Amino acid sequence: MSESILATHNLMKKFGAVTATDDVSIDVRSGEIHAVIGPNGAGKSTLIKQICGALRPDAGHVELMGRNLSDHSTAARAQAGLGRTFQISELAMEDSVLENAVLGAIGAVSGPWKFWKSALKTKELTDRADQALARVGLLQERDSRVANLSHGQRRQLEVAVSLTLSPKVFLMDEPMAGLGVEGSKIMTGFLDGLRDEAPILLVEHDMDAVFALADRISVLVYGKIIASGNADDIRSSKAVREAYLGDAK
Amino acid sequence: MSTILIIEQILNGLQFGVMLFLMAAGLTLIFGVMGLINLAHGSLYMVGAFAAAAVAGATGSFLLGLIAAFVAAALAGAIVEMVIIRRLYKAAHLDQVLATFALILIFSEGTRWLFGSFPLFLNIPSALSGPVTLPGGIQYSLYRLTLIAIGLAVGLGLWVLIERTRIGVQIRAGKNDREMISALGVDIGKLYTLIFALGAALAGLAGALVGAIQSVQVGMGEPVLILAFVVIVIGGIGSIRGAFVGALLVGLTDTLGGVFLPELFKLFMDNGAAQKSGSALASMGIYVLMGVVLIWRPTGLFGARA
Amino acid sequence: MRVQEKTINALVVVGLMALPLIAFVNDEPFTITLATRAVILAIAAVGLNVILGIGGLVSFGHALFFGIGGYSMGILAHHAQTYTALDLGFLTTDGTKLMPVIWLVAMAVSAIVAYVIGLLILRTSGVYFIMITLAFAQMFYYFSISWAKYGGEDGLSIYVRNDFPGLNTLIPIQFYAICFIILCIVLFLYARLQASPYGLALNANRQTETRVETVGLNSMKLKLVAFVISGAITGLAGALFADLNRFVSPTMFSWQLSGELIVLIIIGGVGRLMGPVIGACVFITLEHFLGGLTDFWHIFLGLILLCIVLFARGGVVGVLTGKEGAHV
Repeated sequence: MSESILATHNLMKKFGAVTATDDVSIDVRSGEIHAVIGPNGAGKSTLIKQICGALRPDAGHVELMGRNLSDHSTAARAQAGLGRTFQISELAMEDSVLENAVLGAIGAVSGPWKFWKSALKTKELTDRADQALARVGLLQERDSRVANLSHGQRRQLEVAVSLTLSPKVFLMDEPMAGLGVEGSKIMTGFLDGLRDEAPILLVEHDMDAVFALADRISVLVYGKIIASGNADDIRSSKAVREAYLGDAK
Repeated sequence: MSTILIIEQILNGLQFGVMLFLMAAGLTLIFGVMGLINLAHGSLYMVGAFAAAAVAGATGSFLLGLIAAFVAAALAGAIVEMVIIRRLYKAAHLDQVLATFALILIFSEGTRWLFGSFPLFLNIPSALSGPVTLPGGIQYSLYRLTLIAIGLAVGLGLWVLIERTRIGVQIRAGKNDREMISALGVDIGKLYTLIFALGAALAGLAGALVGAIQSVQVGMGEPVLILAFVVIVIGGIGSIRGAFVGALLVGLTDTLGGVFLPELFKLFMDNGAAQKSGSALASMGIYVLMGVVLIWRPTGLFGARA
Repeated sequence: MRVQEKTINALVVVGLMALPLIAFVNDEPFTITLATRAVILAIAAVGLNVILGIGGLVSFGHALFFGIGGYSMGILAHHAQTYTALDLGFLTTDGTKLMPVIWLVAMAVSAIVAYVIGLLILRTSGVYFIMITLAFAQMFYYFSISWAKYGGEDGLSIYVRNDFPGLNTLIPIQFYAICFIILCIVLFLYARLQASPYGLALNANRQTETRVETVGLNSMKLKLVAFVISGAITGLAGALFADLNRFVSPTMFSWQLSGELIVLIIIGGVGRLMGPVIGACVFITLEHFLGGLTDFWHIFLGLILLCIVLFARGGVVGVLTGKEGAHV
């Protein structure tokens, strides 16, 4: 069995009377894509926020390669190797595509405390950025402003920025959202190859993509993992059908 | 240090506090409902004071002066809102700061142009001048006592307006959701003008009331404006209750600090040095208070949690 | 009309070199003094532009650093000219009249104050940040008023302008040259900083702190460093301003001055390299000519500002280049 890269241990989060995350323990092992699915309001976003450090869990903790991340800020978790993409693009809209990718490279390589040499003339940074852009197919848009990009291109850039970080594990929040059939297919193909580089915790609504990609699937309903297994296990699980797939069809 | 002096100073602090509240209430409403930082609020305070001084000077009636202050400031507020301010609601804070800073320049210089640089005088009406004897044999200025009463009455009035009336419902709704309130069929433009004019009128009233114990001059609004900002930041921006608590805290800190800190310092240094260090610290006191509150609660005492 | 920003920048620099020389040839020292004022205000505003233009934090209290610079100069020169010792607790000095030393002290004290205050206030954002910066500046304003040792409300006069090795600073054109060269250095550093990895990160941080955190950068530290750099530059300008007037007073801490620094940047163009410089030149020109026409020139300044906010966003540079934002 391959080693566990990212793991949550008994994460709990309550908002008033609502339990958004109820004793969630999942892990992501090297070389795999682990998908988390669940109906709207199941607590997927809350889970992601706790993993990346935007929300503090009431109980439980997150481990990255065996290291407890509880005392790590969002930035420190990124430094430790957590590569997150956002459901709704978080990009510097006024900046160019290249500048956004270089920002990632700065985080990964040089750190921000360089005040002298131009960032866009630092080969180490731009090479890394260009590489990432090339991999998602955005190189020809390198000098465009993000504000002028299409929705799909912004999704690609989200992924490219996380690539520049060379993370130990990817944490992807609905990378297919709003991509359309063609775009989804390309992204699916891309993520398929990415898992050998670093495993992916994939939160996704697009069931075709999930069933095509995921080595393991966990189903989150009302903050609880009600089932976990490979695609066939999940398809045949009665509990899942009732709670989720049933009312989706 | 006698008890009488202490009580007198507490009353002074309260009087200062409630006047700050009149200023701060409008500021905080305008920010809370419309999301606007209005630096020109101090100019409306000045407009009120000048209107009162001019009308009271011409008619001899302090009451007419007060009415004039209220009306003039409300009118000035409504006009400014309709011509300029409403274009700024969706603008960045920076633009709001700049545009209302520009309004201060226009108001101040315009007033100087109309009335000249010399201070005007507004006399306390004879019926209210002189001291009254409070229980315990304390002599205290009737006018200042009246100011406290007016301030508390306005506070109560605002509370009733916001909690118990239709307009209050609209104001509270507008705070949370502009779309929703439009959907309710309320003319949001008119509502905003009304709120702005109301805030302006309260500022004008404060200007007139305070103008009678200080002098009425160009530039009188800005120190008060800055204090009012401190008040609403301490109280939590958008909260009337916060403005009330903040105003009393600032009023008392400022007044009591100015009197008692030098006294306190005399306990362990010589008189001259104590006077200097004490008054230096006292004038910084409210800003220290604000700093402490914000470090403890970055959105103020009654502000929405981020 | 569309002009390249580089063309405008070059024209401004050439203008700032030529105008005082022409004034010098025509023996108009007053014009040189005006230009010096503009250049010094420009330095202060370039400082503010670091935190406001790149960092997106509206500091409404930058007079704080201007004043600290001013008082650093005032206090050091006061002790030097009265031959009294300045006891700092850990160090006793006789003060100094030497400009480079004064500048270093002004920058260091401003930077330290910016660091301490920044630690406290950068937790707040938006309107709270605007107000708390204002409040801290007011705190220093009132402190300086009650600081009787250094003149209280009346301020401190310095009899003779401070010295710079090899120059006669009393000659307006020589003092102007000092200020102009400092402006050029500060602008050069600003341009380097803006293009550097740090500048890129700070610029992104203005737009989305979440993104910056997600690539592993500490948003709070980015802002803190910007605040310190910004404070140090504005502090340096304060020391020069005090030397220009040979006078410091609490008005250097006043909130109007904080407002004016913002105004300079907006007139010129937020986040633009030359925005503050153009803003300062326009401001001083307006002050001089409108102020000569009428005592009430602030009314016109107010109207012009309103027009800029409502109709000409992007300031002078924005209008000339046809590009509203510094980065679009």
